[in-house]
Amino acid sequence: MADLSNKKRMALPMQEMPLHPGEERVKNFEEVPIGYSDEMAKQEALRCIQCTKPGCIPGCPVGIDIPAFIQLIEDGDFGGAVKKIRETNFLPAICGRVCPQDKQCQLDCVVGKKNKPVEIGSLERFVSDYERDNGGPVLPDIDPDTGKKVAIIGTGPAGLTAAYELRKKGHAVTCFEAFHRPGGVLVYGIPRFRLPLDIIDADVAFLEEMGVEFVYNMIIGKVLTLDDLLKKEGFDALFIGTGAGLPKMLGIPGENANGVYSANEYLTRIYLMNADKFPTYTTPLVQGNKVAVVGAGNTAMDVMRTAKRLGADVTCYYRRAREQAPARTEELHHAEDEFINWKFLSNPVEIMYDENNKVTAIKCEKMRLGEPDSSGRQKPVGTGETFIDEIDTLIFSLGCNVNPIIPSTDKKVTTNKWGIVMVDEKNYMTNKPGVFAGGDAVTGGSTVILAMGQAKVAAENMNKYLKGEIKWGEANVPDNPNWPGIVWDKPKPKKAATQK
Amino acid sequence: MEDAGGILTSKYKQSFKIMEKRELCPDTFFYAIEAPFIAKKLEAGQFVIVRPNDNGERIPLSICGWDSDKGIINVIIMSAGRTSGEINAMNVGDCLADVVGPLGERSHVEKTDGTAVVIGGGYGTGAVLPTALDHKKLGNKIVGIVGARSENLLLMVDELKAACDDVLLTTNDGSIGIEGFVTHALQKLIDDGVKVTSVLAVGPVPMMMAVCKMTEPLSIKTWVSLNAIMVDGTGMCGACRVSVGGETKFACFHGPDFDGHKVNFDELIKRQKMFVEKEKEALEAVSK
Ligand SMILES: Cc1cc2nc3c(=O)[nH]c(=O)nc-3n(C[C@H](O)[C@H](O)[C@H](O)COP(=O)(O)OP(=O)(O)OC[C@H]3O[C@@H](n4cnc5c(N)ncnc54)[C@H](O)[C@@H]3O)c2cc1C
Ligand SMILES: Cc1cc2nc3c(=O)[nH]c(=O)nc-3n(C[C@H](O)[C@H](O)[C@H](O)COP(=O)(O)OP(=O)(O)OC[C@H]3O[C@@H](n4cnc5c(N)ncnc54)[C@H](O)[C@@H]3O)c2cc1C
Ligand code: SF4
Ligand code: FES
Repeated sequence: MADLSNKKRMALPMQEMPLHPGEERVKNFEEVPIGYSDEMAKQEALRCIQCTKPGCIPGCPVGIDIPAFIQLIEDGDFGGAVKKIRETNFLPAICGRVCPQDKQCQLDCVVGKKNKPVEIGSLERFVSDYERDNGGPVLPDIDPDTGKKVAIIGTGPAGLTAAYELRKKGHAVTCFEAFHRPGGVLVYGIPRFRLPLDIIDADVAFLEEMGVEFVYNMIIGKVLTLDDLLKKEGFDALFIGTGAGLPKMLGIPGENANGVYSANEYLTRIYLMNADKFPTYTTPLVQGNKVAVVGAGNTAMDVMRTAKRLGADVTCYYRRAREQAPARTEELHHAEDEFINWKFLSNPVEIMYDENNKVTAIKCEKMRLGEPDSSGRQKPVGTGETFIDEIDTLIFSLGCNVNPIIPSTDKKVTTNKWGIVMVDEKNYMTNKPGVFAGGDAVTGGSTVILAMGQAKVAAENMNKYLKGEIKWGEANVPDNPNWPGIVWDKPKPKKAATQK
Repeated sequence: MEDAGGILTSKYKQSFKIMEKRELCPDTFFYAIEAPFIAKKLEAGQFVIVRPNDNGERIPLSICGWDSDKGIINVIIMSAGRTSGEINAMNVGDCLADVVGPLGERSHVEKTDGTAVVIGGGYGTGAVLPTALDHKKLGNKIVGIVGARSENLLLMVDELKAACDDVLLTTNDGSIGIEGFVTHALQKLIDDGVKVTSVLAVGPVPMMMAVCKMTEPLSIKTWVSLNAIMVDGTGMCGACRVSVGGETKFACFHGPDFDGHKVNFDELIKRQKMFVEKEKEALEAVSK
């Protein structure tokens, strides 16, 4: 096969990820994609032309050597492929499932110019599954004990990544988590039909095997302050990975009606507290038959698909057009296959409720697309025309602001005016000596892989800090309240991507 | 991940073991729970969230005392349904799966040359105790008022007496103290010429409402602790939304104490009923 010409490779059809059909999958919480067979994976790997200046790698926030791992798949060395990924990303099973590849690595894959881009995500998922079915990951080399102690606050992807990187360097690592289990949004946000629990738990068990200590039920800031950790408990450095967990609402009348939830509450009741298995699990959830979901991002897709699985008739209300929906393309497609009703260009203006405070209807203004704004996106403008739909449940899926507990209990950790923790954009130091931060806490809601990418850089710098190679005094922490937080600009595709 | 009852390898793993359990009145128990890290940080007016077992729900419970040296926290639990019932069926030596805290803000206390009043109904009598002690520390004159339907349902009276300059009891049936409601006792204080400068009321919503209705025209600063339905207790979910002065607040994070004259109690009462059908179902599932 190796002699296949690039032209032929690029013309090969994309291997469609097999999915459970819509009618079936809305009846359960099983994972929707079935996964590639060995043969399919090898076939898909053939489509990669092994660019000398690949467009895919700059699109990966942790810089996985994508052509190299794909080549190993083509060669049938699946174990080697996953090892290659693990050089830069220790959560391949999670990333292969939840990364927005269409906006990252696959966006500038040269094969995508005329054909569909190489299915990098599906291949990553494939080799991670292969690894799990074949004895699991091998422990990395761990440097000799340094005698330094670090505390990681929060066990979402950012915290887990920082823990991994710092443990590898020989530091003693303790993770403090507010909830009773690890994973952060991976557990209480992203649904089981996209990310099964055993995958997250396997990654945590791997960290435990490496000697990382996990402590639950500890709300840092409340039960132990940052100063307690640094001064009394003897930690030499801290990493804040507390995420963005403050739900946004619209501020329209009727928001406190019974039956109105934030996506956080709705998903937490189900995926953290198992309300779908009530009353075996005793956390309740009241969901009617007509569920309105406001928003059209990834969270909204997850909420809608969950509500559908719990038997409701689900409608999406979004003030812009479908083309402007912020959700990943794949998620939008999956939701579209699952019998969701769509009301685009519909801006909720009021929630109606009865004398028992129970939600009864949603009132929306019809919108139309107006002039493009400075970002080039057409702005929705009100038409003055409204409509009312009867509903019995409403779930706001509008994203989150940053969790304020730590900054509110330690004024040295500064935030911008939206509550995002301010850090030096290069080394992720906060304004407080010895304290670093990464993930949604410094971006205000982004993605798993970006949280991981930042945590890696932060961990690298924490390691340097612990070794005395960099000093806190060198930190350049912004002080402008309008600082936008850490923003990842996907590097512009190199013109040279196609040249061989 | 080991369960709370397992081997505690780390110094940060708290056992949440029930060290003491005492019946205060029917279906209501006083507990001492081992939670050394929480015990070091508690302040008056704060609460914890407890999940009794791995299938359990997270429920908020007010703190009525603690011992930082012994690493013990105290709560009072009234059986109200499935989860509180599950805890009340546990015994000394048993461990709760999870206890998180301290949650919420400290109760507001200020130095006053008048008299501060704390009013408790049900578990609220325990909840106001630490605040009464805070007033005492500031040197304030402090009067406690405790209400119940009948004498045998009064609880924590001796503890409150030890913390306050004076304690007034009220019972609906007049079996002890003033016959009627806590508002009657408050009225009596005012009629007796006591200069009441602040009130903290914790208990059933109708009680807190009645107190606020009475103190508002008298412009007496009145704090109430809002028992909204909660999940995480850290500001993450918004389940505990309450309307205060026309604004939405999260009871767990901005409260639990709020200016009672600004609270939309009607909305709170209705929101507390959001899950009643499910709660019945959960309870029936146990007896099956
Ligand atoms: C419904 C939903 C779907 C999503 N889907 C995708 C997707 O498909 N792909 C993708 O890439 N991204 C997705 N995201 C975004 C992604 O999940 C987040 O960007 C990512 O989880 C951020 O990681 P983090 O580690 O910064 O924070 P989190 O995952 O939020 O973790 C923070 C952790 O810190 C804990 N914590 C908070 N405060 C404290 C404290 N004071 N003390 C101790 N612990 C504390 C929290 O309990 C939590 O466990 C989704 C988000 C949501 C809500
Ligand atoms: C800040 C705060 C402090 C509290 N302190 C105490 C205390 O010290 N002692 C005590 O006995 N009780 C206290 N409560 C009330 C206690 O949390 C509820 O009685 C308990 O949650 C009932 O759960 P259940 O499963 O036993 O009963 P259920 O049958 O489920 O509920 C009975 C009623 O309790 C309320 N409730 C149910 N679930 C929750 C929840 N997750 N969060 C809040 N309320 C809920 C509802 O109004 C419901 O109608 C407090 C509540 C709050 C918000
Ligand atoms: S850009 Fe596409 S074809 Fe080129 S190396 Fe990356 S995956 Fe392969
Ligand atoms: S209980 Fe979740 S925000 Fe208050």
